[in-house]
Amino acid sequence: MNLKLHVWRQAGPEDKGGFVTYQAEDISDHASFLEMLDVVNEGLIARGEEPIAFDHDCREGICGSCGFMINGQPHGPLQTTVCQLHMRTFEDGAELWLEPWRATAFPVVRDLVVDRAAFDRIIGAGGYISANTGSAPEANNIPVPKENADLAMDAAECIGCGACVAACPNASAMLFTGAKVSHLGLLPQGQAERDDRVLEMVLQHDEEGFGHCTMHGACQTACPKGIRVDWIARLNRDYRQAKTRRPGEAGLVGA
Amino acid sequence: MELNARIPSGPIQDKWTKHRFDLKLVNPANKRKYEIIVVGTGLAGGAAAATLAELGYNVRNFCFQDSARRAHSIAAQGGINAAKNYQGDGDSIYRLFYDTVKGGDFRAREANVHRLAEISLNIIDQCVAQGVPFAREYSGYLANRSFGGAQVSRTFYARGQTGQQLLLGAYQALMRQVAAGKVKMYTRHEMLDLVVIDGVARGIVTRDMLTGRIESHVADAVLLGTGGYSNVFYLSTNAKGSNVTAVWRAYKRGAGFANPCYTQIHPTSIPPSGDYQSKLTLMSESLRNDGRIWVPKQQGDRRAPHEIPDSERDYYLERYYPSFGNLAPRDIASRRAKEMVDEGRGVGPSGVGVYLDFRDAIQRLGRDVIADRYGNLFEMYRNITGDNPYEVPMRIYPAPHYTMGGLWVDYNLMTTVPGLFAIGEANFSDHGANRLGASALMQGLADGYFIVPLTVGDYLATAKPPTVDTSHAAFRDAEAEVARRQDALLSVNGSRSVSDFHRELGRLMWEYCGMARTADGLKLLLNRIPELREEFWRDVRVPGSGATLNQSLENAGRVADFLEFGELMALDALERDESAGGHFRVEHQTEEGEAKRNDERFSHVAVWEYREGAAPIRHEEPLEFEYVQLAQRSYK
Ligand SMILES: Cc1cc2nc3c(=O)[nH]c(=O)nc-3n(C[C@H](O)[C@H](O)[C@H](O)COP(=O)(O)OP(=O)(O)OC[C@H]3O[C@@H](n4cnc5c(N)ncnc54)[C@H](O)[C@@H]3O)c2cc1C
Ligand code: SF4
Ligand code: FES
Repeated sequence: MNLKLHVWRQAGPEDKGGFVTYQAEDISDHASFLEMLDVVNEGLIARGEEPIAFDHDCREGICGSCGFMINGQPHGPLQTTVCQLHMRTFEDGAELWLEPWRATAFPVVRDLVVDRAAFDRIIGAGGYISANTGSAPEANNIPVPKENADLAMDAAECIGCGACVAACPNASAMLFTGAKVSHLGLLPQGQAERDDRVLEMVLQHDEEGFGHCTMHGACQTACPKGIRVDWIARLNRDYRQAKTRRPGEAGLVGA
Repeated sequence: MELNARIPSGPIQDKWTKHRFDLKLVNPANKRKYEIIVVGTGLAGGAAAATLAELGYNVRNFCFQDSARRAHSIAAQGGINAAKNYQGDGDSIYRLFYDTVKGGDFRAREANVHRLAEISLNIIDQCVAQGVPFAREYSGYLANRSFGGAQVSRTFYARGQTGQQLLLGAYQALMRQVAAGKVKMYTRHEMLDLVVIDGVARGIVTRDMLTGRIESHVADAVLLGTGGYSNVFYLSTNAKGSNVTAVWRAYKRGAGFANPCYTQIHPTSIPPSGDYQSKLTLMSESLRNDGRIWVPKQQGDRRAPHEIPDSERDYYLERYYPSFGNLAPRDIASRRAKEMVDEGRGVGPSGVGVYLDFRDAIQRLGRDVIADRYGNLFEMYRNITGDNPYEVPMRIYPAPHYTMGGLWVDYNLMTTVPGLFAIGEANFSDHGANRLGASALMQGLADGYFIVPLTVGDYLATAKPPTVDTSHAAFRDAEAEVARRQDALLSVNGSRSVSDFHRELGRLMWEYCGMARTADGLKLLLNRIPELREEFWRDVRVPGSGATLNQSLENAGRVADFLEFGELMALDALERDESAGGHFRVEHQTEEGEAKRNDERFSHVAVWEYREGAAPIRHEEPLEFEYVQLAQRSYK
């Protein structure tokens, strides 16, 4: 199949950037979207041009490295990552616009590559259970209701790709943050730090320049891992509870 | 090169306990005076960096991805073993030890394997405390499944994303230490050289992948947890960035490389579908529980599978191995599939593949039961291939998956270069010539959480490394060498892309150093690789500059190293004139076509020493089996 691609090219963070049009020719419909870009890049290299930069690693939909906008949709038309999106999804002759995630907290690095280090800092602010190596009790000493374990796993499946932020009109990272707060808050092991965790993570989230959640719901539709807005509701409840228990402590009102 | 494995004396079950007591300690107040470099943020590197920081050391941690959470460990699916015996089915530390030594075809070190089995218990405790959402029973207690042909149920799992959840546990512990200022994280930094001063590892040289800056980092000890080298085959189940560079640079600075020829080929991956193919996707081995593997009896039979009647199908695994059938071990199932394809009986558009058919299972159990067992895998297969496995048989083919070879380490996980440690898949590890399912995650975490943090302390307390800084000539020279190499890659300006060379190397390695190896093939390979390397340096085209994010340049450096490493792998495969585990030399097989070891000559670890401008030297570390009796595997 053949396609017409308008790709965002930007040489570096300071560069203004703009769309450049390429033809993708003779693409197998079994190829993944990234394999299609590999073919385009091989053509560019052969012509002495610089290939399109995009993040990727596992190409199995699990590492969360890949992701960009295809015709205004994060990861394209299906609820999957671009590395797991296959060309048979598109019509022969389709015209596609590829852009990086757009968010103040995700500055563009080059072409389709953005800087998502803000996510690491949100986790560093409290997205963990403080259990130094060696301090753990025997694993089966604390039973965890199966329902909770399953729900925690649902929330823990987030791959940190950033599509939720790119989809959100406010560029909020509440789906990402809510998923981690819920994963750990659902487990008995996560209770001791539950209040601090939610307060600190939300504070960090806001300091990074992500917007507030107005329950638009676009994040859930874009998420390749089926992370649900329920986790944002849970985060809000935990946040309010923590605030009431500890008035005057860290955290911005209204998050 | 001296190979002192430093295995503690005494009965096997007491060695680690005794050794832990004998290890020298660094006074808590002094730990903050030491700088430790950890390269890698996978299960091994991430766990080690977090734990060393918790102990009080200053840690610098490096990875090439944009976040520590994306290390390739994230992709592991099936699970992690531990001898908890929660099922009361007769498991024990000793049984896990025994299974691992036997599974490794008697080419692993007994003492290391026993320690691994002991620590497996602590790993589960630690991960649960961190909030890893392992599968549970309705009682609230942890669930297990059996995996990889083990006769007991000892595998812990988190749906099909066990690696992801274990890695997120380690990553979160790591981010906590980053926020506390005890770990300084360097993402998008690639280690390009190791710096050795007075015979001791003292730091690394890295390239900042965003700015191109080449930087030196000094430390009192250096840990490499940089993963495996399956991508020497170009197509493998590993992530695109997985590479041999870090360990290869260490080898060239004096670290012995052990058993490079031991690679594991996984039998059930989705076959390659075209030249554009960038990687192979693993399908869980559990599919073999219900799927039947077959090819047409007739060569070049191009009929659709449902048009081929049973009488014209060859269920070859059931034919060869009446008792194990479709469940024959990984290496055997892989090799037989290749034979079928080589005979011209392969299936699918490319003829490279065999059928894994669920027709009979669906007839016997009903579609719902099969959907319940494998629904998500069927979906994944359908998404990738466009075929519906409920209606047409799946096509599968073996794929390079894991590498048992790696840097040689002693019992303390220290390489032959003092101060340089190797952990996780990067060391030659505890798996011998073949790794059992669900044991790589166990080994990575054992090394990272529980072993290396103690043994590094012992090294620091004994060696007391003197002060050096980056102005030292060794750092200057290494930086200059890295810059020179980078300029060289950028200035060839030839006609072929880096991927093109990588694909060609991969095809050669797969053909001659893959599932079945012959002396003639390996010799051919040993002639061809230097030629290809020469072509690479004469004709590669790397566009762009070194001063920005340049993915072609990154890739070029890695492929250049694979082009050197492939030769050592072939040499090791040629010298190991026996079959063992994943290393199958066609000349050495039993009458039934199984791997035939030669214990008299090859019951040892082969360790290669680099020499500039001369052939490497092969050393041997003899292996002794005191507890598990040497025996020939049989799966008839
Ligand atoms: C698809 C798949 C499924 C698997 N399933 C299982 C399973 O179910 N059970 C099991 O036990 N095992 C499984 N394995 C094997 C297991 O996942 C790996 O062996 C293990 O995770 C390796 O961990 P590691 O920490 O050694 O390395 P990795 O996780 O590969 O980490 C390597 C790290 O090193 C860094 N790095 C590498 N080179 C450089 C460099 N030059 N400079 C800077 N940083 C560098 C990377 O950035 C990364 O952080 C599976 C493997 C694959 C491929
Ligand atoms: S919540 Fe979904 S979209 Fe957002 S980072 Fe996680 S996986 Fe990606
Ligand atoms: S490349 Fe890993 S999720 Fe797409």
